[in-house]
Amino acid sequence: MNDTPLLSIEGVSVSLPTPRGTLRAVDGVDLALPAGRTLGVVGESGCGKTMLSRAILQLLPKRAALRGRVMFDGRDLAALPREELRRLRGPELAVVFQDPMTSLNPVLTIGTQIVETLQAHLGLDTAKATQRATELLAEVGIPAPAQRLRQYPHQLSGGMRQRVAIAIALSCEPRLLIADEPTTALDVTVQAQILDLLAREQQRRHMAMILITHDLGVVAGRTDEVAVMYAGRVVERAPTPRLFKHMRMPYTEALLAAIPKLDSAPHTPLPAIGGRPPDPTRPLPGCSFAPRCKYADAVCEHTKPALDDPEGAGALFACWHPLT
Amino acid sequence: MAAPRGAVLDVGVDTSTVAPVRRQRRVGGLFVASVIWIALVALGAIFADLLPIPSPTDMDMLGKRALPSAEHWLGNDVLGRDVFSRLIYGGRISLTVGLLAPVLGVTIGGALGLLAGYFRGRLETFITGGVDVLLAFPPLVFALAVTAYLGQSIANITLVIGVLGIPAFTRVARAVTLSLSEREFVTAARALGATHSRIILRELLPNVALPLVAFFLLGVAVTIVVEGALSFLGLGVPPPAPSWGSMIGEGRESLDIAPWLAFLPALFMFLTVLAFNVVGDTLRALTDPRPGAL
Repeated sequence: MNDTPLLSIEGVSVSLPTPRGTLRAVDGVDLALPAGRTLGVVGESGCGKTMLSRAILQLLPKRAALRGRVMFDGRDLAALPREELRRLRGPELAVVFQDPMTSLNPVLTIGTQIVETLQAHLGLDTAKATQRATELLAEVGIPAPAQRLRQYPHQLSGGMRQRVAIAIALSCEPRLLIADEPTTALDVTVQAQILDLLAREQQRRHMAMILITHDLGVVAGRTDEVAVMYAGRVVERAPTPRLFKHMRMPYTEALLAAIPKLDSAPHTPLPAIGGRPPDPTRPLPGCSFAPRCKYADAVCEHTKPALDDPEGAGALFACWHPLT
Repeated sequence: MAAPRGAVLDVGVDTSTVAPVRRQRRVGGLFVASVIWIALVALGAIFADLLPIPSPTDMDMLGKRALPSAEHWLGNDVLGRDVFSRLIYGGRISLTVGLLAPVLGVTIGGALGLLAGYFRGRLETFITGGVDVLLAFPPLVFALAVTAYLGQSIANITLVIGVLGIPAFTRVARAVTLSLSEREFVTAARALGATHSRIILRELLPNVALPLVAFFLLGVAVTIVVEGALSFLGLGVPPPAPSWGSMIGEGRESLDIAPWLAFLPALFMFLTVLAFNVVGDTLRALTDPRPGAL
């Protein structure tokens, strides 16, 4: 591991005011990501992974309160003036969103959308920018890119649109790409293509990448490290091979068990995780997963386990009764 | 068997780039007739000075309320002025006010609505508050006040009607912007380092423009009626100049003996307003994006 991480998140918490009280969407998260590496963030819906990505990008809703530091390349993004932050977005930080149906402007051609981004950040003239846009579309695997430039988003399929969104995100050669559930809205057959595309471009450009997903299978072969989130906290974090070989947190195990297996007999019931995540406006005193955990006892219900690395193996977990 | 088995699908065109089949869009005869009518009135208004018609203000005292003749195609009015000529010149005022006032409304109202919907917060409170005040103000009192202080002229009438139209455009623009600002492509633009002005002008404006244009055409129709009503009440353009509204007002005095003097300008106004409504409705239907495209 590199000594100076490109991105380091230190004690980041995000709270949102709601009619039912303050909602703690992200609760004291620490993460570090060296340049050129990939980090997978996994968790179920509402566990705070999207809010965490918005916190890194400083794109939180106006009423949201952010605490902690988001250090990117030695600068605290949370404390940066708005204009400097704006200049960082694009050439340094970029993001690919979940739904390519809504992340492209419906009334502008995709050419206009790419070309204007290039012009705004790199100061290219129209001819050069158009040429670069064509190259970018070719790089993300879009056939006949020159013709595609003149089309509108609704004329493309979902997979094509996500490729366009990736091309736009990559257009200014960012050093950190955040992919926020980039394949959730897509067909299974297209998912693998998009993920491979992201992995290939990440390698080729030596970008750092955060891959956010609810699917452990997605991060398996494509990330260097995985952080599992539950109820706003990171509950387990380990290098990817180690996590899959030797997971410690019962929640991670339950997540993995909930993936359908190809070799199981037809009509095998899927082992879903029973119960629901805790109400984020009413934090529990103990481990957030305790009510749904089959190993939970009195300790789990009263004391919150800290994210720790007792064996010093680079595998952190927050659990009183880790799996062995 | 010498011939190869199996079928070969020969695709002559590159299917990956062919645009989807354009939806057949039929426009009715009513739409065509409306466009022709608007074009006729507009051409007449623009080239009124060049047309071989009598002056709209010359009075023929011997030919009061004269019936149609070769010289006066639609007869004369109470003061012996040529009705056809006055209708054409009246169209000039109706169209000028009818187009310019909504332009004023859509520009200022649209801008305010975009700003309010995008920035929210105190600015939005301020703008919607101001718009509500404008809405609550009695329009006739406002028109009376402006014409009393600034005088009766086409410019002032346009100003009054235009300002009165701002609230409607502001509300339409703000409502559309509010729903658009939640869309991911706005967040995506921000994530790419777009400035506020870029997001408003390049991301939001093209999306807001569609409903605004449709609303604008309906605004033209309403404005023509409002201008007619103001002229009818004597708050419009000053008397010698002809306006459809003032012609109806003047014709009202001789409804019993020469009803056409009031009905002809009324018919012109009716047809023009109807035509703008038809065109506006058709354009709105044509530009209505398919569900899912937005």
